Order: sequence, then structure tokens, then C-alpha cells
Amino acid sequence: MISSLLKRFGIGLALILELVLFGILSPYFFTPDNLLNVSLQISITAIIAAGMTLVILTGGIDLSVGSIVACAGVLSTMALKVDVSFALALTFALAAGLLLGAVSGGVAGLFITRFNITPFIVTLALMTVWRGSAFVLTEGRPVWELPDAFALLGGGRILGIPAPTIIMVLVFAVVHVILTYTRFGRYVYAVGGNAEAARLAGINTKRVLFQVYIVSGMLSAVSGILLASRMNSGQPNAGLMYELDVIAAVVVGGTSLTGGRGTVIGTLIGSILIGVLRNGLNLLNVGSYVQQIIVGAVILLAVLLDRLRA
Amino acid sequence: MEGIIKQYPGVRALDGVSFDLLPAEVHALVGENGAGKSTLMKILAGAVAKDAGSIQLDGRDVQLASPAAAQEQGIGIIYQDFRLVPELTAAENILLGHEPLRPGTPFLDAATGATIARELLERLGESFEVRTPVRDLTTAQRQMVEIAKALSRRVRILVMDEPTAPLTDRETEHLFHVIRTLKADGVSIIYISHRLEEIFQVADRITVLRDGAVVTTCPAAGATTADLIRWMVGRTMDQEFPSIPRTPGDEILRIEHLTTIRVRDVNLTLHRGEILGIAGLVGAGRSDLARAIFGADPVESGSILLDGKHIAPTSPQDAIRSGIGLLTEDRNNQGLFLQRTVRENITIADLGQVRRGFILDLKKEDAAADTFVHSLRIRPANREAGVETLSGGNRQKVVLARWLYTQARVLIFDEPTVGIDVGVKYEIYVLMNELARDGAGVIMISSDLPELLGVCDRIAVMCDGRITGTLPRADATRERVMALATAFA
Repeated sequence: MISSLLKRFGIGLALILELVLFGILSPYFFTPDNLLNVSLQISITAIIAAGMTLVILTGGIDLSVGSIVACAGVLSTMALKVDVSFALALTFALAAGLLLGAVSGGVAGLFITRFNITPFIVTLALMTVWRGSAFVLTEGRPVWELPDAFALLGGGRILGIPAPTIIMVLVFAVVHVILTYTRFGRYVYAVGGNAEAARLAGINTKRVLFQVYIVSGMLSAVSGILLASRMNSGQPNAGLMYELDVIAAVVVGGTSLTGGRGTVIGTLIGSILIGVLRNGLNLLNVGSYVQQIIVGAVILLAVLLDRLRA
Repeated sequence: MEGIIKQYPGVRALDGVSFDLLPAEVHALVGENGAGKSTLMKILAGAVAKDAGSIQLDGRDVQLASPAAAQEQGIGIIYQDFRLVPELTAAENILLGHEPLRPGTPFLDAATGATIARELLERLGESFEVRTPVRDLTTAQRQMVEIAKALSRRVRILVMDEPTAPLTDRETEHLFHVIRTLKADGVSIIYISHRLEEIFQVADRITVLRDGAVVTTCPAAGATTADLIRWMVGRTMDQEFPSIPRTPGDEILRIEHLTTIRVRDVNLTLHRGEILGIAGLVGAGRSDLARAIFGADPVESGSILLDGKHIAPTSPQDAIRSGIGLLTEDRNNQGLFLQRTVRENITIADLGQVRRGFILDLKKEDAAADTFVHSLRIRPANREAGVETLSGGNRQKVVLARWLYTQARVLIFDEPTVGIDVGVKYEIYVLMNELARDGAGVIMISSDLPELLGVCDRIAVMCDGRITGTLPRADATRERVMALATAFA
């Protein structure tokens, strides 16, 4: 019975078990406040994970996401300090951050498609480039003293729901529709499933790869801006090691690292699974060192479950 | 093996199969794709677990729970696509998993290993350098490495899956010689092949499988090719090739002085309603010509005219837009998305047809896929089936459906019937004929000369990147084609 349940719900079943477990162990767990809090906590990395899902579906990887978070955050907050009206400054800020994400994705896509360098190396290099850039731009000091209204982006609420949560849900809805109902989405699966067959089926595989890295870069930038807003500052060391959390969420969500198989809904569930785990352990007063061990073990277990299902 | 049953989701692959093998016997196993041959052999090799039934070796029940367990019992299998590590040498591959060590040390004894490997290969009549990396060996040599690998594990039962498919005639002769030598040494061989003539050359007995059950087991001496086909297909095949009346019309494709890295100054014409064969030895540049026409490989010079208009496809995308389709030789690696469904594989080359704005109309896509699943009789008849669960013949039909869906006017079939059984072969020939009858131009590349002679209106022969001659069907004989194919050899 367990195996047939697993077949139908997969990782979702693990999430339900987890929710039930924490619900029993902590009376505070199922309060609306706490659940919204979890959604806010996972939103930053989950948004990046949505883009990473596309990249991994093509058989690639994007290690530069964490550094883009920092660099986009820094650029945006610096743009905010330009002495013009807030509306204009905010436009600059968003444009600057998103542009950085797009440029980074474009450079990655260029090296990967035009010069046939593996995504691992290209994005590893970009990871250090953007991290370094963030420090150079700020001379190592955080960007402070931002307009108060900027904090609403990451800290505001609509009908009581945190803005980043809403943005996260929108991002996942859009990426899900793209993957399931558009030609581009189909091509992402095709390129990851069999690149040569995709090319011979008339798909411009290079363009697909190029676009995928741009999406990943831009979603990382979105997260970078949201994170800067939440911290009310541009931190050059923001987003450290995010790439690992993000990849973990994607893989826990059932997407194959070799490409061609997976869904963005799975990634959302993977993100929630890890976020809920951290939250639950916090509520149970488990120390952060022990938490790391448990999170690692659960990632292994989740991937194992997925393997048993196949 | 007795009463073997194996159930896969939706299919009963083996339905109570019993199979016996005598010492020092060559036992051929034949049947259409999907008949259950591979599954039966994978169970014997410990690669797949059976659901029911028993396996006895020398009268004792054995459990073959893993490939290692099967190897321990002296059962070896040589898969069609080989299982060698290309970067390791022949000797290292042969001894993989039981490398000799210097006595009393944990260190490899490469010299002894090389000697053992050399002796094994000598038994097979091979004398190539055993320290050559496998990636530098020819297909025939790799096959010998596989056989030597099995021998190094003191194999008593050796399963060979389509061993002659990639071999030339001379290499095939050598392989048969090796098989007889092994037999003389007491090794029993299970021989799987689609080439029925070969079976009569090497087999002592034949077992025919159909739909997961044994039709018959009989001595090879008493049977004929016609018997085998009847048993395999379950009905009488009156003719090997269809005769569908067609009249070649005006010119649809013209190639002038086409030159690429591997193709030299090729001139060619193709007419509507015509099936043009391209013959030649492996490496003659036939697939390269196809890839150049299809925009998959860069063209250095020359021109391609479709309906009298110059096209210069620089990508498959261009070629498809102009109405050209290519069924690649290597379906699994170059044609299909094995993890995806039949539906997705059919529509992938022309999703524009089911697109409304940015959004795909999945209902319309379903309908399109259903049409082809039905008209091409793809089995299982389920558009949502994963292509990896389909047999070779049905996979080929899926690729064909893709190009029918794009409404290609020029279709290039590169070795369309390799690894496909007789019944489906005939269906593919019929489909090619129907395509041509309906006004398409069809090019068929094949190494199977009787097939070319049976299906094509004209046969162009290639050798060393050039076309050495074009023969009308009436004038094409085996000898003339071979003479042209070896014009520069």
C-alpha cells in the first residue's frame, strides 16, 4: 500500500507526513502566522529554484545564482540612492537588478552554446565574478540608508500575505504554464532528454539553452532584489551558498540532474519540504548545527523515496 | 527455463515460456520485436527478475538474482550495443572485475593481464594489440573483446543478441567460425537474430517466440525461412515487398555538386512518387549526404534545389521548414526522446500546428497523436505511453509519424528497418510506398541490398563520398551494386 501511495503522490506524500509530524509535535506549527512565516522564508530560494528547474531540465546547472542575488541586490540598492524621485529610482533599481540577471544568463548561455563549455564551469566562473563584483561595487561595505518605501517589496503584505510569497506563487504558476503549455516548455524537455534528437527535430537547441540561463539569471535577480528589500540594505555577501539550497530543492522535487525529467510543481514541493523542516526544527528548539545534519539526511531520504518510486 | 512469466505495467512480456538448452548447442531464438526474446534473455542473465517460473542448470534449480549471480553460474550475455568501457584497453575490459594482482600485493599485474587477454583473443583468431583502448577498435574487434570477456569468466552459456547486425559479410563469416569453435569447446550459445538466413548457417535448433509465448522449438535442419516467418508473424507472408502502383512524376529534389567534409561532388535527382535507394558500404558517406541535405552538417559547396528553388538549409530547422524530413539511422540516440510520451515525440517537430498564441492546445495535440497512433498501428495504442516502453518497430513508426505530421515532401529514411522484425518491416515498406504514391519523394539508405532491390525504383551507389553510379531497378543486381560500391576500394 505504501508503494502504491508513493507512486501516486511521490514527494508530496513525504511532505504530508512531515506536516502531520510537526503538527503533532508543536501546537504552534499549524497557526496561520507560522505557515505564512514559512512561505516567506522559502520564497527567496524557491523563486530561484523555479528558474533552476528549467536549467536542470535541459541537463545543465547554474552555480551563479547566489552571487547574482548579491550583485543584483547591491546594484539595485545603489540605484535607489540616485537623487531622483522615488518612483524613478525604484524603476532604475529594478531595471539594474534584472538587467544584471539577464546579462549574467546571457553570458552563461553564450559560453555554453557558442563555445561548448560545460555549464558547471561557466557558471562556477560567473559565481566568483559576480561575488567579486558585488564587493568591488560596495568596497566591501553594505549599502545602507535606503528609502523606507523600498522595504515594502520584501516586507509588505497584501491581505495579510507577504509580498514575496505572492511573487513566489506567481512565478511558479507562470513557469508551470510555460513548461506544460508552451512550445518553449516542450523544447526544454526535449533538449534535456536528447539534445541531438532535438536538433534533428528542427529545434534551435542553442536558443533554448540561452533562454533558460537568462530566465534563471533574472529570477535570481528578482530574489536578490527581494532579499535586499527585506534586509533593507544591499549586502555583498548575501545569497552565499544559495546555489546548493536551490539545487537541493529542485532535486528533492524529483527533477533529474541528467535532464529531461521533472516538474516545477515538484520543485515547489521540494522547497516547501525543506523549508517546513527547518521551521519545524526551529519550533522544536533543535540547535542549528544538528539541523544541518537532519536537513542533509532528509534530502538523501527524499531523493531515495523518489528513486524507489521509479 | 520453465513456465517463465514476466509482467510489465500494461503488458505480459512473457506468458509461461519454457526453453531448454543442450550442452554445446547453438540454439537460435527468433521472434518479432516485443515477442519477449530480450526479456527472456535478460532474466537468464540475471538483469531482470522473473515473476514466476523456474530456471534449472544441470538439473539443479538456480536463482539468478543478479548479473553477478548469473556470471557465477557461467552465463554470459553480449548485448547488441556492447557493454565496454571505451577509455580502457581491450585487456582491461576483458578482465574487468577480476583483474589479476601481483601475488601477495594489492597491485594490478598488467603483464599477466595482457597475457591472459592475448591468449583468449588468440582462441578467437584475433591478434590485435590488447593494450589498444576499446574506443580505437573496430566494431568487429569490440565484439571479440566481449566474447573474450565472457570466456575469461569461464562461460558455459553465451547469449548473443543480434551479433551480426553491425558486421560486414567477411566479419560475419569470422564470427560464425568463432561460434563453431566455442561450440566445439563445449559452450552452449543462444543466438538471437533477425537475419533468418544466418540462423540456418549456425543454429542446431530454433525456438520461435510470439507475443510472449513459445510457438515452437524445432531442429534447424527441418525448417525453412518461410516456416519461421509464418511462426513469427502468425500468418502467411505472401510477399516480402509490397507492390503498390505508383507513377514517378516531375522532379522534386535536385542536388548539384554537393560537397561536405565527407561527401564529394554529389549530383542526384529525386522525383515525386519515386523511391530512390542509396547503397554503399558503411562509411561510404550515405548518412553524411542525408545529413547535409537535412542541414545537420555544414555544406562546403554545391546546391540543393527543392521544386526548382534553391534552398541552403543551415540547420535541420531550415530543412524541415522547406519540407524535408530525416529518419536517422540511430533512432534511440538521434531520433527519439525516450523518456517522453508517444504524443510528445510525434508533435515535437511542428508544435506550431497546435499552438494558439503562446499556449499549446493540448486537446488538438492529443487528437493529432491519436490519428497517427491509429493509422500507423503503433503498439501499445496509447499516445501517453513512454517511448522507452516501445519495441524498435514501434519506435520507428513514432519517428515516421513525426515527419508525416510535418507533412514533409521529401523524406529520407536512413536504415529504416535495422533491428525491426519482418512484419513491421513490411508495414514500413508499405508506408514508404504510400508516401511516394501520394506525391512525396522518398530516399532510402540501406545496407540490406535485397531490401533496396525490392523497394526502390532507382539505386544510387556511393563509395568514398561520391556517387559511383545510379541503376534503374531493372538493371540493378547484387554484383553490379557491389562493383560500384567498391569502385575505389
